[in-house]
Amino acid sequence: MTDTDPTASGDTPDGPGPDAAPALRRSPLHAATTAAGASFTDFGGWDMPLRYGSDLAEHHAVRQAAGLFDISHMAEFGVGGAQAAAFLDAALAADVSAIAVSRAKYTMILAEDGGVIDDLIVYRNAEDEYLVVANAGNHDAVATALGERIHGFEATLTDATDALALIAVQGPVAREILAATDELEHDDAKAIGHTLDTLPYYACMGMTFQGRPLLVARTGYTGEDGFELYVDAATAPLLWDALLTAGAPLGLVPAGLAARDTLRLEAGMPLYGHELGLDIQPAQAGLGRIAPPKTKTADFVGRAAVGAGPAADARVLVGLAAEGRRAGRAGYAVLDGDATVGEITSGALSPTLGHPIALAFVDPAVAAVGQTLDLDVRGSRIPARVVALPFYSRKK
Amino acid sequence: MSDLKYTAEHEWVAVDGDVATVGITAYAADKLGDVVYVDLPAAGSSLASGAIVGEIESTKSVGELFAPVDGEVVEANQAVIDDPSLVNSDPTGAGWMIRVRFTELPTLLSAEEYAALTAE
Repeated sequence: MTDTDPTASGDTPDGPGPDAAPALRRSPLHAATTAAGASFTDFGGWDMPLRYGSDLAEHHAVRQAAGLFDISHMAEFGVGGAQAAAFLDAALAADVSAIAVSRAKYTMILAEDGGVIDDLIVYRNAEDEYLVVANAGNHDAVATALGERIHGFEATLTDATDALALIAVQGPVAREILAATDELEHDDAKAIGHTLDTLPYYACMGMTFQGRPLLVARTGYTGEDGFELYVDAATAPLLWDALLTAGAPLGLVPAGLAARDTLRLEAGMPLYGHELGLDIQPAQAGLGRIAPPKTKTADFVGRAAVGAGPAADARVLVGLAAEGRRAGRAGYAVLDGDATVGEITSGALSPTLGHPIALAFVDPAVAAVGQTLDLDVRGSRIPARVVALPFYSRKK
Repeated sequence: MSDLKYTAEHEWVAVDGDVATVGITAYAADKLGDVVYVDLPAAGSSLASGAIVGEIESTKSVGELFAPVDGEVVEANQAVIDDPSLVNSDPTGAGWMIRVRFTELPTLLSAEEYAALTAE
């Protein structure tokens, strides 16, 4: 047997593989995740945990208790200076200067023609201090674009990717796990009025672990409650171990990128290289509300193009649900009768829902919820219907 | 399991008289991840060595089952169709895929040769 799925483990349509570039970068948590039994995969040029045992068990653990993810491959850029907000307003789609201190925003960095260079999370840690988090595979493209766009602003740009590790604790008991972790304490000077109990979704606060500062954000990529912990590389392995020790009695298990991908797919969250790309405008991916936000007055790169919008006949992203167990995969055609009307960008047998789900770009004429279509699964037609996104949302 | 033979497509073959039992190796099952769907040729199907005759899907990817021999399918493993997780839990036992009555056995890999193939 051979592996025929180009999206089996990578974040680009070309995918990684055993013949990929040899010099993979290692997370500061590589030894810790190796000790936890991880199988590794090339993800955006990094050697990252794919699964520890059963990816289905890891997926279910996140939905029912919690999972611990090493996502240190993510790229981080610190932005500071008196005109940090003005620079980011000009560089990104979000109304960055309107983000309150200790809040985060999901946004994008666009090309002049409205295509997506990357999707990002921007955290405002202080009046003139931001953290911009990008995908590993887009590190260089984002660094280049930010480096070009900073000219003329009184602002500084620091690549913190190597200095920072990133640990995600995701699942309904995530808050309890952080509260139970030894030596993980509020940093009164940087908590900005938040506590773990009251920290809102898409907000962040300073904490300390063993006296070392870290940024704790209530963000994630799984559709569950959870936290992302930005911590210096040297402290990260100690924090990983402490979280596992505190969390294991609560059901916490290490979880890999395979589970992370099925979790985000169920939650209807886009993955760059699949649902987002340079040839896709945000509005096509259902993200027109964030690029541009209605309230933003400042100009930014790509504004004119996304203001004009994609062509009327441009394909749009939809959710597709099918029956049985055979999943449509990235690259498979979507059919309406004999006509090819779209293409799947991500698909899997949903572990939580028990039936196949997929994200696909389809012609606008067949994009309405309830529309019935067929998936071309390696020559077999699998009936599917357009459904509202997300496929899964947690009970709140 | 020292009597198992292997193919470069990460399948194992156990020969009993003129019938070969075929499955995928633990290495292959581990690379696939949790198997959630198995599609196998029905009893009576005739197979040509090297042809794709089945599919093994995990949450993340799709693997293909190649016929390791020319022959006719005697039995497909209904248990693994009903419970594909057997491929992960017992790939060389309860997770077998098909039994094939063959006419001629091709050259297959020994356990040592297969181990060398998968050494990283």
